[in-house]
Amino acid sequence: MCHIVLLGMNHKTAPVEIREQLALSCQQHVSPLHLLPHLPHVDEVFFLSTCNRVEFLFTCQDRRIAIQEVKALLQTHLGNLSGNLLDLHLYHYENLDAVRHLFRVSSSLDSMVVGEPQILGQIKAAYREATECHTVRVILNRLLHKTFSVAKRVRSETMIGSHAVSISYAAVELARKIFGELRDKRVLLVGAGEMAELAAEHFLAQGVRHMTVTNRTPERAFELARRFRADTMPFEHLVDGIRTMDIILTSTGSLEPILRYHDVKSRMRERRNRPLFFIDIAVPRDVEAKINDIDNVYVYDIDDLQGIIELNREDRKREAEKAEYIISEEIMKFQNWLTTLDVVPTIIAMREKAENIRLNELQRTFSQLPELSDKERQAIEVLTGAIVKKLLHDPIVFLKKKAKRESKQSFVDYTQQLFNLSDGNGMDS
Amino acid sequence: MEAVFLVIATFCYCAGSVGYCIYLLRDREVIHRVSWAILFVGALFHGGAILLRSLSVGYLAVTSNQEALSFFAWVFVVTYLLIQLRLQLRILGSFVSPLAVVFMLLSRLLPTDIIPKSGVFQSGWVVLHVTTLFLANAVFALAFGVGIMYLLQERQIKHKNFGYFYSRLPSLERLDHINYICLIIGFPLMTAGLVTGFAYASFIWPSPWNWDPKEIFALVTWFIYAILLHERLAVGWRGRRAAWLAIFGFSAVLTTFLGVNLILKGHHTVFVR
Repeated sequence: MCHIVLLGMNHKTAPVEIREQLALSCQQHVSPLHLLPHLPHVDEVFFLSTCNRVEFLFTCQDRRIAIQEVKALLQTHLGNLSGNLLDLHLYHYENLDAVRHLFRVSSSLDSMVVGEPQILGQIKAAYREATECHTVRVILNRLLHKTFSVAKRVRSETMIGSHAVSISYAAVELARKIFGELRDKRVLLVGAGEMAELAAEHFLAQGVRHMTVTNRTPERAFELARRFRADTMPFEHLVDGIRTMDIILTSTGSLEPILRYHDVKSRMRERRNRPLFFIDIAVPRDVEAKINDIDNVYVYDIDDLQGIIELNREDRKREAEKAEYIISEEIMKFQNWLTTLDVVPTIIAMREKAENIRLNELQRTFSQLPELSDKERQAIEVLTGAIVKKLLHDPIVFLKKKAKRESKQSFVDYTQQLFNLSDGNGMDS
Repeated sequence: MEAVFLVIATFCYCAGSVGYCIYLLRDREVIHRVSWAILFVGALFHGGAILLRSLSVGYLAVTSNQEALSFFAWVFVVTYLLIQLRLQLRILGSFVSPLAVVFMLLSRLLPTDIIPKSGVFQSGWVVLHVTTLFLANAVFALAFGVGIMYLLQERQIKHKNFGYFYSRLPSLERLDHINYICLIIGFPLMTAGLVTGFAYASFIWPSPWNWDPKEIFALVTWFIYAILLHERLAVGWRGRRAAWLAIFGFSAVLTTFLGVNLILKGHHTVFVR
């Protein structure tokens, strides 16, 4: 019996440090795919690592030992992490649950930003790598191709991708309603926390090319700027940023507002009244609320953004339900294929046996009748081949049909006894 | 024949604008395409009617109020159809096509004034004067529609209260940009229209300026748009204020065009004496 097992951790189960460590060590050292020879009980393996998740998908005959092997591998990669701590952060799915999880991940239902489109590309890249390392074969090949088509179906048949689902996403969507094209807009990130990072990612995805980071401690600003290929500017010059920037996202820990009404009002004429959009995700707020009263200036704080998300919640729930339904449907289809897989070794054995008999008998006959012409020999070969094929056709169809039943194993056993197949389980593909 | 054409055109305009109202509620591209096509057919028949009429009287048929309104409705629809092709801002039709219907119906409902033939109208100046001014007005009417769209959208974003239109309307910058484009197309046309008008007036009357109500209102309207253009270019006025001024400017256009014609009497009506 072949098992599909998925071990992994995501933003919900593991803190960012551990995910980072695992993802990093997997990139720096050897890719886990190259370690397949060190995992004797694992048949096929697929490995996905993004900033929000690490997933190990593999097939095995004996799952207990295989899981231990994979965990040991993770352990060595993580170094100092104790076994208990790892178990705490890992989730573990088997067979159809693993398939469901993979489908949900690829459809972006399991993402931090539900509906975000990047994940499918990341899975495809990981799959390419796995095919290059030859670590995926019959089952995972089929499963991953199915995964791509499921993700596509979910994307085209539901609106999961079109709803604002996270604060930074909502902010970016708003910016698009104000500015339209964001490509040539200037974005200033004030503060360099995790939220700023997430927003920066969204802005980059929207094609923003001019990003500037400023922070009270410049080191952190430099670090973030390097990651997003942004500029930095001294925190003291923040107010001057109002002249040139179009979108200002603030997330500092300041107790006092860092941008006041008069700072903005007096600079609007200089910027020729071009629209200015403040996204204030800091608590307490960084931008005076009164600034929203200035013409062509829009201020959204975290509650406002939360409000937009709430608004979309119902829609999103409905779309997510639709997506889950599609996934269930596709799991059924995959399951059907998987179950026929159990009878495949028997069918192959049956065919092999028949073919062997046919070849042996042909050899005997031909050696007794040396006067046959080539044409006659060919005719006899075709004839015997057709007889074998037609005789086996009904048993094969029968087996495939029974493969979907619970009792398939007894049918497999009967078939093996009936045809005297020595070992139907010797599946080797 | 001409009457039949006009009925068909009116019907098409009504159908097209109903189509656009449906488009407002149902975001299907095909609805937009059909509505656009219906308006296009309407414009063809309407253009045919105007052509027939002009041929029968021997000059561009814009002398009576009814003809003028009808001609304006036609110019407006044609302007919209062309600009739509360029802009690809489908929702614009929902805000603009009802205006065309209003003008068209108004022209159908006005009593037909009997205006005796006059040599005054048989001049290239009149054609130039009327065409440029009507084109300017049509472009300003578009700016009016866009201004309303801008105000609707701006209000939602400013007050953080998102209604149905939020997702249907385009971004503020786009609307503002269209407003600006309309202004820089419309203003020179309007200027040209006024200049040709004054020039022609100086040919047929002793003075180009006769303190006629129409002249006064036209100049006021011109100043409104001149201010808007100036402020936009010099100070960078944009957004809500520009949208309001576009709406205000078009109200002035309507006053000049319709109000003066229908209520006040001036030499545009005295023409015939």
